Amino acid sequence: MTGHASAKSPLKMYFAVWATLLVFTLVTFKVAFIELGPFNAVVALVIATLKATLVALFFMHIWHAGERLIKVAVAAAIFFLFLLLGLTLSDYLTRPWS
Amino acid sequence: MADSSTIMGLHQEEEHHPQLLHHFADAGQQRDAASLGMWVFLATEVMFFGGMFCAYLIYRHWYFGDFGAASKSIDATLGATNTAVLICSSLTVVLAVWAAQTARRALLIGMLVVTMLFGLAFLGIKGYEYYQKFEEHHVPGASFSFDHVPIPGHPGEYANPRHAQIYFSLYFLMTGIHALHMIVGLGIFTWLLVMACKGRFTPEYYTPVEIGGLYWHFVDIIWIYLFPLLYLIDRHP
Repeated sequence: MTGHASAKSPLKMYFAVWATLLVFTLVTFKVAFIELGPFNAVVALVIATLKATLVALFFMHIWHAGERLIKVAVAAAIFFLFLLLGLTLSDYLTRPWS
Repeated sequence: MADSSTIMGLHQEEEHHPQLLHHFADAGQQRDAASLGMWVFLATEVMFFGGMFCAYLIYRHWYFGDFGAASKSIDATLGATNTAVLICSSLTVVLAVWAAQTARRALLIGMLVVTMLFGLAFLGIKGYEYYQKFEEHHVPGASFSFDHVPIPGHPGEYANPRHAQIYFSLYFLMTGIHALHMIVGLGIFTWLLVMACKGRFTPEYYTPVEIGGLYWHFVDIIWIYLFPLLYLIDRHP
């Protein structure tokens, strides 16, 4: 429960996460203009996932969530997203005629 | 916190917060229940946006070069600026939640206002991008035009306008639905601002700020994926 964590202030952590997110944004923007072949997309998506994870864990308080059901709901959302993308793309990306 | 006597209905003023509903043991449990509800809603939002991302990935795979050419026509600097704006708004949201937790009402009101200003700035920049697309006839429809646009990395080859139109359809659909979420978020934050001005939020009860913030961060996360997928593919010369 975040409400009882007032003993030590989370402000330093919030600003550190914010600065990291801005640095990641700058890096992903700059890297996009460098020729890396197929790795351009890989780098862009890895950085996006790192940023999303930082926002979810620290700004959305999953890291400190007292209620485990919240973590289960988040895990379920990610699981079903991968089910949606994984099963659909495993079909579409393996059709030799397309 | 509240022991069993307060749950049974002995409403002692110092123990029973007026916002604490009877079926919750204490404020923490009530807050966790509200957060869980928001997270379940956000899980449905993940699936909602997931369908659009899935459609995008399939078409990007099929019309790889056409999507690259179309993506290059939108302004990546404006996209990056908007990403920074949303990240800054997420910071002000956590500061607002923190202010509510620690009974700093002036800071809470200030952070809610700054968050909304960031949200409006985002929509303004987005609107300018849409205006650019209108000017260039890149809006799908009767006046759509995307002739003789070279495919990145393939000299002498030009993008198929029909395929590029699918990119722009997805671009306007995904950024449009995202912008709609931003507008809903601004509505939620307007309400939070009114409640904050009335002094409704205390360290015992700040659930609306917390779960309104969850929604705002989620909309930020969607943009964190939209930015590289729509703006940054095939940028290199």
